[in-house]
Amino acid sequence: MENAIKAKVKKFLSRFFKSQEIADDQDIFSLGFVNSLFAMQLVLFLEKEFDIMVDTEDLDLENFRTIDLITSFVEKKQA
Amino acid sequence: MKTELTDEQLAHKEAFRRFVDEEVVPYAREHDLEERLNPAVIDKVIEKGYLGSMIPTKFGGTGMDMVTLGILNEEIGRGCASLRCLLTVHGMLALAILRWGTQQQRTDYLPRLAKGEILGAFALSEPNVGSDAKSVETTAVLDGDEYVLTGTKKWITMGQIADLFLIIAKCEGQPTAFLVERERPGFCTKAMKGLLGTRATMIAELHMDNCRIPKENIIGRVGTGLTHVGLSCLDYGRYTVAWGCVGTAQAAFEASVAYARDRQQFGAPLSDNQLIRKMISEMTVNIKAARQLCYHAGYLKEVGDPDTIMETWVAKYYASTMVTKVTSDAVQIFGGNGCLDQYPVERYFRDAKINEIIEGSTQMHEILIASHIFKTM
Repeated sequence: MENAIKAKVKKFLSRFFKSQEIADDQDIFSLGFVNSLFAMQLVLFLEKEFDIMVDTEDLDLENFRTIDLITSFVEKKQA
Repeated sequence: MKTELTDEQLAHKEAFRRFVDEEVVPYAREHDLEERLNPAVIDKVIEKGYLGSMIPTKFGGTGMDMVTLGILNEEIGRGCASLRCLLTVHGMLALAILRWGTQQQRTDYLPRLAKGEILGAFALSEPNVGSDAKSVETTAVLDGDEYVLTGTKKWITMGQIADLFLIIAKCEGQPTAFLVERERPGFCTKAMKGLLGTRATMIAELHMDNCRIPKENIIGRVGTGLTHVGLSCLDYGRYTVAWGCVGTAQAAFEASVAYARDRQQFGAPLSDNQLIRKMISEMTVNIKAARQLCYHAGYLKEVGDPDTIMETWVAKYYASTMVTKVTSDAVQIFGGNGCLDQYPVERYFRDAKINEIIEGSTQMHEILIASHIFKTM
């Protein structure tokens, strides 16, 4: 389950980080590639792909900073 | 792949068109000249439930799908661009509450917004802040159980008549969204006059002088005022503006075809002139292209695809530059009559230009679209 979620997240992120391999624990917001548009696209992607609702209380960088954290967040929301 | 409208969407389009022809078009010139929307027209929009078009039925709205909602904005835009702006800013506020508000905020405000008991507006721009939205100077400071807002907003569409405002202010140094009711002490509005186009959008300056609001009036979290709340509002804004452009262009196109058929020069109708036909052909193709981009963006919204944000930028960019050209050609076809306010095309021409400035200027679109391409290709 975790691997399937992670694979989908990685595939989505690869659109924005084409020239760079991102480690699962790497801070994607510190790489300088993302902007506010990406933040909202990420929310829409997670909601559509995993059939979850990202609520106001979820808007914490600690839920989205790395691939590992995004994966855990999706698992938590689906539980 | 199927790109045709459903029977239900076609029926809606027909109903919207009839409403606009009967209840909106006859007032559009008056709106422009008097720089205000006729309250009776707003009442008719409310009666039809159009102010609740973006609000789900469980909150009293009509819960239209995104494509139908786009068609509504096209048709209203065809009749009166200023009235379409009301749908846009009212919807931006309503969707902010729906998407990022608390359950209490949703139940408190959405049913009243849906019924048109209160009107909404979105307040980001300031005297010193346009495209550089992150630099808003309005501040919000938490003081006990209240936020204290201080600052000035400018160019706020429907600022003269709205009851509830979504204010973007700096809180702890970060852009943050707040709901402010008109009657809050320390809050006042000052009408602005003399706009080039969409003259009945009733824009205003908003002044907040130690305006106190309950801390529960925050929308989203501190720091999410632009990244999430503002961006989703502006995405809806751009989507409906793009559709409004298609509507205004359609109005200019229909007027041009009728005029070219009737107007006689050199013993023949203008429509026989090949250079007039060139302009009509370009109008036809460009309006269709813009409408298809809008349909595409609407479809992506309906299915929740993250690409909808960029596709909406693309649609708004194309539609807003298209409508400037189409309405300019319409004035050209009308000749001297096109420069006179007894004919509607000079209004379409003035209204059109506004769309290249609101919800992101043409140049901001060019920067963002190209930047996205270089990032993702």
